[in-house]
Amino acid sequence: MTATTQQQTGTTVMTNVEAVRTTLHDALVRDDRVLIMGEDVGARGNVFLITKGFLEEFGPERIVDTPLAEASIVGVAIGMAMEGLRPIAEIQFADFIYPAFNQIVGEAAKTRYRSNGDYTCPMVIRTPYGGGVRGALSHSVSIEALFYHVPGLTILAPSTPADIKGLLNAAIECPDPVLFLEHKKTYRSVKGEVPGGYYTIPIGKADVKKAGTDVTVVSYGYNAHQALDAANRLESDGVSVEVIDLRSIRPMDKTTILDSVRKTRKLLIIHEDNKFGGIGAEISAMVAEEALFDLDAPVRRLAGPDVPAMGYALPLEEEFLISTDEMVQAMRDMAKF
Amino acid sequence: MAKTLAAPAGARRDLGIALLRMMIRIRVLEEGIEKHFLGGEIPGFAHLSIGQEAVAAGTCANLRRDDAIASTHRGHGHTLAKGTSMRGMVAELFARATGICKGKGGSMHIADFSVGMLGANGVVGGGFGLVAGAALSAVQRKTDQVAVCFFGDGATNRGPFHENLNLCAVWNLPAIFVLENNRYASTTSTAETMKIENVAMRAAGYGMPSAIVDGFDGFAVYDAVGDAVERARSGGGPTFVECKTYRARGHYIGDPERYRQKTEVADVMTASDPIVRMQALLGEALSLGEFERVWAEAREEFADAVAFARSSPAPEKDEAFFGAYTGDREPGNPVHDFEARERDEFLPFAPNVGTGSQGSGH
Repeated sequence: MTATTQQQTGTTVMTNVEAVRTTLHDALVRDDRVLIMGEDVGARGNVFLITKGFLEEFGPERIVDTPLAEASIVGVAIGMAMEGLRPIAEIQFADFIYPAFNQIVGEAAKTRYRSNGDYTCPMVIRTPYGGGVRGALSHSVSIEALFYHVPGLTILAPSTPADIKGLLNAAIECPDPVLFLEHKKTYRSVKGEVPGGYYTIPIGKADVKKAGTDVTVVSYGYNAHQALDAANRLESDGVSVEVIDLRSIRPMDKTTILDSVRKTRKLLIIHEDNKFGGIGAEISAMVAEEALFDLDAPVRRLAGPDVPAMGYALPLEEEFLISTDEMVQAMRDMAKF
Repeated sequence: MAKTLAAPAGARRDLGIALLRMMIRIRVLEEGIEKHFLGGEIPGFAHLSIGQEAVAAGTCANLRRDDAIASTHRGHGHTLAKGTSMRGMVAELFARATGICKGKGGSMHIADFSVGMLGANGVVGGGFGLVAGAALSAVQRKTDQVAVCFFGDGATNRGPFHENLNLCAVWNLPAIFVLENNRYASTTSTAETMKIENVAMRAAGYGMPSAIVDGFDGFAVYDAVGDAVERARSGGGPTFVECKTYRARGHYIGDPERYRQKTEVADVMTASDPIVRMQALLGEALSLGEFERVWAEAREEFADAVAFARSSPAPEKDEAFFGAYTGDREPGNPVHDFEARERDEFLPFAPNVGTGSQGSGH
C-alpha cells in the first residue's frame, strides 16, 4: 500500500481503491466469518489488485477463486450467508452481473421476507461499475437502476475513500444483502483522508459535500466529484450550489434531499446511468410528491443518454459521459431560472 | 490425423500453406496490436491469442462465408480467419470511423455480420446461445449452413455452455463447439476450476460426439473440424472439438502474469509454436524463401492497415446517439430527439425563458 500515514491526526490519505482494499483486509482480520469469493481474487489478487496478497495471508478457504460463473458466485454466497457466514462476493465488472440476476433478485432479496425473518442474507456483492476507461460495451455499464426497483436489496455507491470505508463496514455488518458499487474511474483518481480505526456510516444517509443556497444538486459516484468541481467553479460567479452525494442509492435519504430542496427551491439530479427509468426519476417523483410547491423551477436531470452502451471510440464515450462543463452550464441555467 | 513424415503434396500442401499464411497473418496482426496498444494508439482492453492461431486458422478454413461463428474476448484470430479485412479490424481497434464497427466496438466487441462473424464478446460464454440459434435458423430455413462456437475452458464452467450443448444435441443442430483449452480461465489455472483433464467428456453427457486434438497442429484442427462440419452439413448434428492449446501472452495486454512461471510460456512455445510446427510439417514442400515471403506479405498488409487506420477520422460524436432503435437516424425521430438528446438543451415551459412552442400551450 502506498498510503501516507498521518500519525498526528489519526487519518490516512488513500485512494478509493486502497480504501476498498484496507477495509476488506481489516474485515477479514476482525471477523472469521468474512470471506471473499470471485473471479481472479486469489493468485491474481483481483483485476484492480484489491485483494493482492490476501490469498497468502488468509488462505484459499477465505479467499476463494471461483470459476467464471457469476450465478454460482452469488448463489453460493447466499447459501453461506443463510448458514452463518459473511461472504463478500465479487463480480469482476458490473457488466458481468446479469447471469446472477436471478440469484440476487429471486433469492437474496426475498430471503428474509419469505422466511419471516427466520433466515437472513447477510452478504455483500461488490462490483466496479461505470465508464470513462474505454471499456465500451461490456466494461462500462452502470447497473444501479436495474436493481433499484427490487425491495429487499440495499444499494450503496460511495464516492470517497472515507465513505467507502464506513459504508463497506456497514454493508458487511448489515443483516441483509447489499449491492456495493464502486465507480472504477474513481479507484485511482480520487484520494482523500480516511479516519483510522473501525467505524461505520449509517446506510441510507446522504452527505452534503458542499452547502449552498441557489441550486441543489443530487449525484453519486464519479459524477459527484465532477458536480463538486462544477459547484466550486461557480462560487466565483456568485452562484451557490449545494452538492449532495447520495452514497446510499436505496434506501434513499429523503430528509436530506427535501431539506435542501426546500432551501434552494431548485433541484438538479446528475447520474451517469441512463436517464429513462433511472435513479433520477424516482428522486424527481419523490420531490414532486413531497415538495412540489416549494420548487421555483422544474426538476432537471442530467444523465446518460438512452442508448444501450458506451461506444469504444473517444468521441462516443465522451458524448455518453457528462462533462463537468455540461454540469456547470446546467447549474448556471438552473440558478438563473 | 494424417500426419506423415513425407512432405505433403498437392492439395494437402496448398492447405498447409494456406493455414500457415493465416496463422502468420494473425500473429503479425496481434504482435502489431500489442505494439500499438503499448504505444498508446489502441485504447481500452485487448486480449491476444498468440499461441492459439492454429485453432482459428484450422477451423475457419473449413467454413464458407455464409457459415456463422461466435467468438470470444480473444477473437482477433477468429475474426481475421473468418474473412474480415485487416484494415477494418485495425481501424476498429484504433477507434476510427472506418472500423468494422465504426469505432463502437473495439477489440472486445468486434463483429462483422457480412462474413458471418457474430461477434467477439466481452462476456465469457456469450456466444453459445447465438450459435445454437444460428444453427436452428439454418435448419428451419433448410440451408446447409453451419454455426461454430469458439470458447475457452473457462466458459465450460458456465450455465449457457451446458444449456446449449444439450439443446444442440437434442435438436440435432448443425453446430460445432470448438474449445480452445488454453489452460487458463482469465488468470486462474483450469486445474483449479475443474476436476477433469479433458473437457470433451462433458459432451458425452449430452449425447454429443467429440474429438480431442493437438491445438498447435493446424492440420489436426482442420481435419477434426472438417469431420464435424461435414457431419453438421449432412444433418448429422453437433460435434464438440477440444483443441489443446496455450495462451502465450497474459490474459490481457499488461497482465503481470503472477499466476504462472515465465519458463512455462517459453517451454510451451519452444516445443509447440503452431507456426514453427506448420513450417516443420510442410518440410521440403515450403522453401525458406516462400516462408519469408509469407511473413513479409503479412507485415506489409498490417502496415497498410495501420496507415489506413491512422489516416481515418474518429467517429463523429453524434454517432453515440444512433443505433439504439430502428429509424433513429431519421431527422425528427421521437426516440432520437426525446430520449437521447434532451440533455443538450434546457427548455422549461415557463414563459420567461425563450419563446419556444413549449411555452405556448398553457
